[in-house]
Amino acid sequence: MELTLALAIGVVFGAGIWLVLRPRTFQLITGLLLMSYAVNLFIFAMGRLWVDKPPITPTPDIDPAQFADPLPQALVLTAIVIGFATTALYLVMMIGARGLSGSDHVDGEEPRE
Amino acid sequence: MSSLPWLQHLIIVPVLLPLVAGALLIPINQKRHALKFGVGLASGVLLWVVAVALLLMADGGHWPGGIGVYLASNWVAPFGIALMVDRLAALMLVLTATIALAVLLFSAQRWDRVGVSFHSLFQFLLMGLNGAFLTNDLFNLFVFFEVMLAASYGLVLHGYNLRRIQAGMQYIAVNLVASLLFLIGVSLIYAATGTLNIADLSTRVAGLGAQDAWLLQVGAAVLALAFLTKGAMWPLGFWLPTTYASASAPVGAMLVLMTKVGVYAVLRVWLAVFGDQAGDLGGFGFAALTVGGMATLVFGAIGMLASQDGGRMAGYGAIISSGTLLAVIGHSGSAVLASGLYYLLGSTLAMAAFMLLIELTERIRPPGAALIAITMEAFAIEDKPEDPVGVGMPGTLAFLGLSFAACALVIAGMPPLSGFVAKFSLFHAMLAASSADAGGVPGTTWLLIALMVVGGLAAIIALMRLGVRTFWASGVVTPPRLQVSEAAPVAALVIACVLLTVQAEPLFDYLGRTVEGLLHGGGYAERVLGEPAVQRVSGAEAVR
Repeated sequence: MELTLALAIGVVFGAGIWLVLRPRTFQLITGLLLMSYAVNLFIFAMGRLWVDKPPITPTPDIDPAQFADPLPQALVLTAIVIGFATTALYLVMMIGARGLSGSDHVDGEEPRE
Repeated sequence: MSSLPWLQHLIIVPVLLPLVAGALLIPINQKRHALKFGVGLASGVLLWVVAVALLLMADGGHWPGGIGVYLASNWVAPFGIALMVDRLAALMLVLTATIALAVLLFSAQRWDRVGVSFHSLFQFLLMGLNGAFLTNDLFNLFVFFEVMLAASYGLVLHGYNLRRIQAGMQYIAVNLVASLLFLIGVSLIYAATGTLNIADLSTRVAGLGAQDAWLLQVGAAVLALAFLTKGAMWPLGFWLPTTYASASAPVGAMLVLMTKVGVYAVLRVWLAVFGDQAGDLGGFGFAALTVGGMATLVFGAIGMLASQDGGRMAGYGAIISSGTLLAVIGHSGSAVLASGLYYLLGSTLAMAAFMLLIELTERIRPPGAALIAITMEAFAIEDKPEDPVGVGMPGTLAFLGLSFAACALVIAGMPPLSGFVAKFSLFHAMLAASSADAGGVPGTTWLLIALMVVGGLAAIIALMRLGVRTFWASGVVTPPRLQVSEAAPVAALVIACVLLTVQAEPLFDYLGRTVEGLLHGGGYAERVLGEPAVQRVSGAEAVR
């Protein structure tokens, strides 16, 4: 399971890096999204991988080793919200740039031939 | 029912006040800018008062060890988020509030009407900055970085034009990627140590197993990448000059402060986690800071010589100042810390004043003068002397010229202003620290000193050229019409630089105490982790 998840994160992040280095804004934002998905998975995996373990228990006197770590789950929730908000902000700005410059190149102008 | 003494709540005011003020400003109609400006300024003044109060409390023995801890939601330290104010955090709060006040006043004349929501975004930026200085939790630091960055994205685009959009596209993309790196670093550190509280982290470093220690190093290195992207260390700082040059003047002044947040975060985390208490891991990464800082210095110096317009020059100036700080801290660590902090104060104030000043001086030059100046230099055409303007020099020109000279002196580190005092004390501390070892002063110390001198030389050449071109060689000089509210903030920041120089001794005493507090890592961790939660007395007892 560890290997599968590690490979998945690696492939998604790698694809994101490649897209971020492309010249068009659509590719850039897709790359940023892919990278943020990979990072979210990564944070989640840093709480160790568990199967069939609840994160929170109402009963106090229970062995905590039987439960998944709830903190990375809280962290990932925050990271998703913030990542979503900032990406949306970037999308708005991209649309503005497209309207003002008439080009969807990341430099705000078509490259000179 | 017992409760916190009310003074304790002052610690969270620098975060809450701008949040409330910024939120209140949103529904107010854009046409009522007097009201908007009033609310913003009131918040700014209050922030300044609170910051000074916190500084006096931290330094005046109000808290044991000079460290005040505020437990958010009354959760004890490693579990909840702890805000912490010590002398360093208080100093940064005062610096932020001072520059913010000057910038707000400056923007009242024109800039806050160029686009919508300037004042709200400005308050949110202050909230993010203050929060980043106060927090003692790595993930919370990420949240405040994002608050600060989200506000700065809006502010960089303030006064929407093509140039700003082009710069903003790169600025935002770079910082989004840096934020992702931040998250990776934070989660790796959590995986290795099981905590995100910086104080808790500092106590756990020494006892880590080999594998976890390795994971922590990787995490810290990735985290440093995110910090140093903000702090503009070479090669992570390519976004900076373009962003500075295209941002509007008040925003540029705040950006200067934001590069210092990156340096502050590195300082805070590294001194706490990889200090003397860290055992084998102590001193991890300092060599990388030295090399990176030196490279940044060279990059900044070359860039400064190569740049033509003031905004770009200011950007490279900020890079030089970051590079100097990172290099000296990496090289000599705690020995030069007090001088480094003094340098940080002086250079930040001067750069902020310079950013505001450039916008004023550009009104002197007739449109197109910048372009002509470039071609003149390229073809080495001697400029024909124009009519002398020296006689009866108008007040505005004298003011602009003097302020420009003062800023240039501080940035380049020439006597008599604070830049010189800072550099001199840096050299002194570095040499004293190195010569204590057997075998004399090592070559890297001399190299670093040489680079700092060369950096200063490059800065003075570039600034002199800009000054000569602006004030003497721009043909017909028409004194620009300046409003008092535009000139006063610049004057105030310049006077602050002069005060730094005049009051260098008490300031160095304060910084000495700051550094002493920072280096006693054990006392710091005990203060943060030992802060008791407020006990809730049960109803029956309260009646009794």
